[in-house]
Amino acid sequence: MPIWLYILASVIKSAVVLVVLLTAVAYTVWLERKVVGHIQNRWGPTRVGPFGLLQPLADGLKLFVKEDLTPPHVNKPLYIAAPMIAIIFALTSIALIPFGNPVTIGGYSIPLQVTTDVNTGLLLILGVTSIGIYGVALAGWSSNNKYSLLGGLRASAQMVSYEISLGLSLVGVLIMTGSFSLRTIVDSQAGHFWGFIPRWNIFTGQFIGFFCYLIAAYAETNRIPFDLPEAETELVAGYHTEYSAMKFAMFFMAEYANMITVACLATLMFFGGWRGPVFGPAILQAVLPLFWFAAKVFVFLFIYIWVRGTLPRFRYDQLMAFGWKFLLPLSLVNLIATAIAVVW
Amino acid sequence: MLNIHLILFLAFGAVAVAGAINLLAQTHPINSALSLIAVMAALAGEYLLLGAEFVAAVQVIVYAGAIMVLFVFTIMLLNAGVEERTKGSRVAVLFGIPGMLLGSLLVAWVLLRHSGTEAVAAGALPGSPATIGPLLFHEFLLPFEITSVLILIAIMGAVVLASKPPSSPVPPRKGD
Repeated sequence: MPIWLYILASVIKSAVVLVVLLTAVAYTVWLERKVVGHIQNRWGPTRVGPFGLLQPLADGLKLFVKEDLTPPHVNKPLYIAAPMIAIIFALTSIALIPFGNPVTIGGYSIPLQVTTDVNTGLLLILGVTSIGIYGVALAGWSSNNKYSLLGGLRASAQMVSYEISLGLSLVGVLIMTGSFSLRTIVDSQAGHFWGFIPRWNIFTGQFIGFFCYLIAAYAETNRIPFDLPEAETELVAGYHTEYSAMKFAMFFMAEYANMITVACLATLMFFGGWRGPVFGPAILQAVLPLFWFAAKVFVFLFIYIWVRGTLPRFRYDQLMAFGWKFLLPLSLVNLIATAIAVVW
Repeated sequence: MLNIHLILFLAFGAVAVAGAINLLAQTHPINSALSLIAVMAALAGEYLLLGAEFVAAVQVIVYAGAIMVLFVFTIMLLNAGVEERTKGSRVAVLFGIPGMLLGSLLVAWVLLRHSGTEAVAAGALPGSPATIGPLLFHEFLLPFEITSVLILIAIMGAVVLASKPPSSPVPPRKGD
């Protein structure tokens, strides 16, 4: 493939993924308000557009034209850099997620993912998300506000603690597949048991791994029941107390983009990625894998929202005790059991 | 493609050097810590360009993502302030910079002329996880395990040093 074509393809893919991701972020927020509304026996947004469907646009417009306040007592360079770090690394990690099999256009095979299939794709995603912690930690510190600082410290302590369980819960899948490449992991989940149960990793013995991953992922993305960093009742709004307008929106978008990345990763690692029944004419066969991928991600996002509407918040000591004394040993046991089963 | 690799390699190298200089020049500890993160990320980029994918990913996850978070965390908790300039540090600048330049020139000269190693082409290092894993768990198993025991001992030492001494029974007050 000539270099200019490669660059052109990369730019187009980046633009498409970015637009789709940001739209998905906006409509995840809408979905959350709607679903949590119905869980709490009210309607959620209804005024802007049919079913309130234009509400995200109105919110975005509001945040764009709002005055961008910078409090006088902050550490200014870091105060401005923190939301940028958060959003940049949240958007970068999606670049490594493959969405489907490579498509062939004009004799060139183009992978359906922003980067090419990296040998260590999973590790790089974990690395990029681990750098995203700095956005939250620096926001808390540079705001020069005790609530922000407490929120930032809580967030970084929580994310560092649960990152270990998150990583270990994925190692079981890695042992079974023998590769860090997300595409290889998806390919290894092809086929069915007895002709109808798909051979996804969650059905081939990684149920405990998935359970650990799901819980650690909720903690990693600072969602209820682990949203201690922004516990309104005690910390005002945690690390983003001092942020307004688009700077606040950047944290907000980063949180939802991280949710989507985590859901994509769960789909790839445990639920067979874009695999599903493919039938019909050629155009349908090309679109269906993408549809299955999106559908599985949607289910995860829905569970996220469902959990938010159902569970109360942990106490901080409970959070730490749960992470270190229950989740970490459980993921270690899963790892050892998988290793023994694979060798045997 | 090789030229792009070379340009990127030089760019990452420039970022690493600039970050390292900034690390020394900054007076506030948090700015220094952030420059160190930039250095480590740039080094990860260099490893990736040389073909050591696994080392690059681990560099980001372990150094930039975990160890430096703890650094930043400590700086935040201690609320460390701006570093003071003393006369001693001016002497260090006067003699340190020429000395450092001389030393690095010497090291570079020895490495390039007399070590017998050749320059590595971009992407030529055998650094995929599949080659690192067997090396780590077969050939270098003993050093690997001993290192982990060493780290464990260091952690336990830190816990012992940081924990309060066993509290002596409170002496009875005179009135009791």
